[in-house]
Amino acid sequence: MKILVPVKRVIDYNVKVRVKADQTGVDLANVKMALNPFCEIAVEEAVRLKEAGVATEVVAVSIGAKAVQEQLRTALALGADRAIHLETEHNLDSLQVAKLLAKLVEEEQPKLVILGKQAIDSDNNQTGQMLAALTGMGQGTFASKVVVDGDKVQVTREIDGGLQTVELSLPAVVSTDLRLNEPRYASLPNIMKAKKKPLDVKAADSLGVNLDSKVSTLKVTAPPSRKGGVIVESVAELVEKLKHEAKVI
Amino acid sequence: MTILVIAEHSNDALKADTHKVVQAATRIGGDIHLLVAGANCDNAVSAAATIAGVSKVLVADASVYSHQLAENVAALVAEIGRDYSHILAAATTTGKNMLPRVAALLDVAQLSDVIAIESADTFVRPVYAGNAIATVQSADAIKVLTVRGAAFDAAAEDNNAPVEKLDIVKDLQVSSFVSEELTKSARPELTGAKVIISGGRGMQNGENFAMLNGIADKLNAAIGASRAAVDAGFVPNDMQVGQTGKIVAPDLYIAVGISGAIQHLAGMKDSKVIVAINKDADAPIFQVADYGLVADLFTVLPEFEQQL
Ligand SMILES: Cc1cc2nc3c(=O)[nH]c(=O)nc-3n(C[C@H](O)[C@H](O)[C@H](O)COP(=O)(O)OP(=O)(O)OC[C@H]3O[C@@H](n4cnc5c(N)ncnc54)[C@H](O)[C@@H]3O)c2cc1C
Ligand SMILES: Nc1ncnc2c1ncn2[C@@H]1O[C@H](COP(=O)(O)O)[C@@H](O)[C@H]1O
Repeated sequence: MKILVPVKRVIDYNVKVRVKADQTGVDLANVKMALNPFCEIAVEEAVRLKEAGVATEVVAVSIGAKAVQEQLRTALALGADRAIHLETEHNLDSLQVAKLLAKLVEEEQPKLVILGKQAIDSDNNQTGQMLAALTGMGQGTFASKVVVDGDKVQVTREIDGGLQTVELSLPAVVSTDLRLNEPRYASLPNIMKAKKKPLDVKAADSLGVNLDSKVSTLKVTAPPSRKGGVIVESVAELVEKLKHEAKVI
Repeated sequence: MTILVIAEHSNDALKADTHKVVQAATRIGGDIHLLVAGANCDNAVSAAATIAGVSKVLVADASVYSHQLAENVAALVAEIGRDYSHILAAATTTGKNMLPRVAALLDVAQLSDVIAIESADTFVRPVYAGNAIATVQSADAIKVLTVRGAAFDAAAEDNNAPVEKLDIVKDLQVSSFVSEELTKSARPELTGAKVIISGGRGMQNGENFAMLNGIADKLNAAIGASRAAVDAGFVPNDMQVGQTGKIVAPDLYIAVGISGAIQHLAGMKDSKVIVAINKDADAPIFQVADYGLVADLFTVLPEFEQQL
């Protein structure tokens, strides 16, 4: 069984992002970039399924400029077998990403696609669901547990009220939530080995997908900032302020 | 221009988020149709008809929609959706699960977590964990949006909208419901509560979370948590507040033993008044707190409960 793992290059989650003065976006110059944390969890899950003998091959794919190859190498160091880079300078919405991934699914015929529930830059939370729609597959989103059983997969999902388990027939799409697993660190020998693993580069516009987005960003601004208030000295002072100053209790 | 809103419900009851999405839809302007897709969902339908601003309630009542599996509901919504200018759902796990699927079937983009409506084609949404706010314009024929409940008031309940039954049964047969483990609590829901008290890693274990109960009782508060507290197994996942958990904006948010990571702030920094209790005076949570108390939580929580 082959598993396809789409991964995204994003600003590192520890970085405090700054909005550009001209309001065109956030400042990405000289900012630390990383594998989207939810994608790390996706790679880990796929690699564990391979280690458990359920999967035979783990293929990582990333769509974007040349720099995404860095994140593909990370995925390879974490245990993916090979990588595909769909190269484009376009700024893509989740819909275009999902359409490109659907083309790749047609070519690669994976039994399972495991991706992140959300990219922490756009905070979209859409790509997996869209890919499932375009390919007619079932979807197990926000997964905290994945159990493959023959030609079915049971996915336990983190939902607003608690947990829900659904069963999907394979092939299927799974999107990862935080509690699915704890990703390993890439060891030095594995980072070295990753350099020799195959990484294919294809032009994204060779797949016959219209890459133009219908959504345009008019401006990007900083959120209203909150100022720290006062430090109170005691519980009594806190209660008194909440009652008489803030009037919230 | 007619807008389709997808109701959030449990068949037996309508969820409060629905009222907020309808309120957002009234900002766009035009007729509003409210779809209830479920099984034996009469109670939800009756409640839906009372929401102010709704001109018609559409009902798809069939066993294939009983657990609102995204595959089947999205196929239904996409089929009727072509006749609408906008399709809206709440930015809850149900809405986020289903609506992108609808958008893809209609070959249009989806905008997530909309917090303000500027016009019929221009919307405001947070990105980068709320550290940037984007104003985006959509040229798609059908605008598909999930709406963040915390950003809109609830529509009133003074309506008696007509109800129309739909006879569309979509069964993709690629997914089925197995089981559900829902957290039961007599407390208000996190996303609707006026007061929230949340615990973090500083609580040390699940038993200690009980220290928050007495305070929550006195303030009629919901109890939340940081990711660290959920990951450590102190409390269930549905209590997580943050960028990738629940987004809340209560009148009062009390953070106990929470450091204030960007991802946690993303979920609560729009609260009216923030209180932080933390023993580390340098914890970033104090930079957003209106009232900070630098102290050991194990000493001050019992005092706090007593003085309320
Ligand atoms: C992709 C991604 C998504 C994430 N999503 C979320 C999210 O949605 N929500 C979220 O919360 N986090 C999220 N996080 C995690 C986030 O980065 C932080 O790791 C997390 O919020 C830390 O939780 P905490 O503040 O409870 O723990 P810590 O950062 O460990 O802080 C514990 C605090 O407790 C204080 N403390 C300890 N003992 C006491 C005591 N006796 N009395 C008083 N104070 C005490 C300490 O001084 C410290 O400040 C996400 C991270 C990633 C990478
Ligand atoms: N450019 C991309 N290349 C590869 N995978 C992507 C890309 N964008 C999004 N994804 C995948 O889709 C997931 C969800 O992203 P999003 O829907 O944009 O929040 C990510 O965690 C990735 O797994």
